Amino acid sequence: MKRWAYVPALLWTALFFILPLSAMLALSFTERVAGRTVWSFSLANYAAFFTRADGAFVEALLNSMEVTVAVTVLSILVAYPLAYILAYRVPARWQRLLLVLVVLPFWTSYVIRSYSWLLVLSENGTLNAAMTGLGLIDQPIGLGNTRGATILGFVHFFTMLLTLTIYANLVQIKESYRKAAADLGASAAQVFLRITLPLSLPGVAVGAFLTFVLAIGDYITPQILGGSRELLLPQAIMLQIGRQADFPLASALSMILMLVVTVAFLLFARRLKMERV
Amino acid sequence: MLRSPLPFSPISRRRLLGAGAALAATGAVGLPRRARAAEELNALVWCDHTDAALLQPFEEAFDCRINIKDYQETGAALAILEQSQPGDWDVIVVDSVDVLPKFVSQGLLAELPDDEMPWDTIFPELRAPELHYAGGKLYAVPEKFGYNAIAYNNKKVDSADVRRADIMWNPDYAGRIAIYDYYIPAMEMVALGMGIKPQDLTADNLPKIRNKLLEMKQLAAVIGDVPTVQNALITGAADIIVAGGEFVVAGLSGENAALDWTIPESGGIRWMQGIGVFADSTRKDLATEFVKYIVGPEGQAQLATASCYWAMPANRSAALGDAEKARLRWDEQLGFIANSYPYFIPDAELDAQMLEVWTEFLQA
Repeated sequence: MKRWAYVPALLWTALFFILPLSAMLALSFTERVAGRTVWSFSLANYAAFFTRADGAFVEALLNSMEVTVAVTVLSILVAYPLAYILAYRVPARWQRLLLVLVVLPFWTSYVIRSYSWLLVLSENGTLNAAMTGLGLIDQPIGLGNTRGATILGFVHFFTMLLTLTIYANLVQIKESYRKAAADLGASAAQVFLRITLPLSLPGVAVGAFLTFVLAIGDYITPQILGGSRELLLPQAIMLQIGRQADFPLASALSMILMLVVTVAFLLFARRLKMERV
Repeated sequence: MLRSPLPFSPISRRRLLGAGAALAATGAVGLPRRARAAEELNALVWCDHTDAALLQPFEEAFDCRINIKDYQETGAALAILEQSQPGDWDVIVVDSVDVLPKFVSQGLLAELPDDEMPWDTIFPELRAPELHYAGGKLYAVPEKFGYNAIAYNNKKVDSADVRRADIMWNPDYAGRIAIYDYYIPAMEMVALGMGIKPQDLTADNLPKIRNKLLEMKQLAAVIGDVPTVQNALITGAADIIVAGGEFVVAGLSGENAALDWTIPESGGIRWMQGIGVFADSTRKDLATEFVKYIVGPEGQAQLATASCYWAMPANRSAALGDAEKARLRWDEQLGFIANSYPYFIPDAELDAQMLEVWTEFLQA
């Protein structure tokens, strides 16, 4: 490929990633004073993150990390068996149809999907109605507006994504590898643990990384399903913008979020092989 | 010469342009008024200004098109303005408390013709010179108002309880309380319940309010924006909304009569939105006409019953029917106004301190 062929991609990245990110970085070192942004270098916003007396921002980051890790792990645990069954147990002629069914929820709006979960989980919702009807509970249980509801909403969404990346990886593993292992006396469990699982890890890593990045920066799902009983970092960021338009502090918090994503990328980097998915 | 995808039907550039012009001309005849309006007006508004039923009568009367962008919080509006060119926007709808400190102080708004506004029929308490005037000049006109008080499910909550402010921290309703996530009215409601009038709110009494908020957090089922707390009331996740009011339930009470609201005996907070014209607008005359339409009887009726949220029109001559007035509790307004306090406007420092307390409350 000729060297200039990279220019459009570089321009795109510079215009729509590096430039806005640089602007946000610059803004994070300014201060909001008496309703105005003061353009002088200051570390006050970063200091506020660490030194706030009630630790609300650090706690927001920790909450985000906890939720995101839980979502990523649970999504992998649900998506892997699904992808495995699709790749190896479902006849080839049905695979495409089932893949479409797997991604079907992608076609609905993100907001509508979250509100739908709230309706399912609420006191007057279908889940409580079913459990009450079956005599499993006497009184409705408040399942919505909790961290659990946020995690459930995320897992529902990201299971689809992970299923696709893992499935795409599994179908690329040569059947001869698995057959050779079986011929050499490996049990089904050994074939899975020594052949299939290691070779499918790039698909898991790509899906997990995307899940991590998208979940940790998401504002809508925790806002709708979490009931704001605790703050995640994106919510803390929005709180600074909402009324006070404190973009410098919001930018600093966003840069910290970006740093977390970068660290996650570095951790995943060894396993990220995009050409395999 | 341009060539069409079909090799046997060459089309010259001239023929193509001619056909395009003819198509455009034909289309223009068939297009609705909005698409061929002589003039355009760009309005930065709240969601209750987005209904076609509100905008169309003005567009037809003035042969113009109104382009609207709705926003939720003042910070978002300021961000949009920072990213716009002077003159991009003509009309703004904004929380009345933000008119002077956030907009007039930065020279963003134009003076409005005071004597052309329907002050005779606007509730006198809403004129609020301290919110809408600077240096004796009018910069925004009140257009809609309501209350941050207590919204509730009258089948689940004792009506005697909702008249007492301590319902906000009554343990009998543990897990049944939703709190509207807007720190200024919510904290002012809590302050009122503790006997602190909004105008007496200072940094010194913030610790007391903080402690009460932390107590309330233990009882809260949900804290959220309008759709979230509204949803909580509808779905049964909560039976009480602290700092809720008619804007949460009036539009729904026709479908569910159990959705109700009231002002506790200790009082409520009165919110108000105003409409103004941008100083850099190049269409000030048309923008001013739009302001006059919005605060006039027809505009007020549509605005009060907007699909986004219902609330009281500022103008008593709003062309509303009896059923609509009943849902807005029209006849009780004088009592409500008397028992409510206008939003207290914290200065930037107190505002930041209040947000800090609120952030701690959310995270507790």
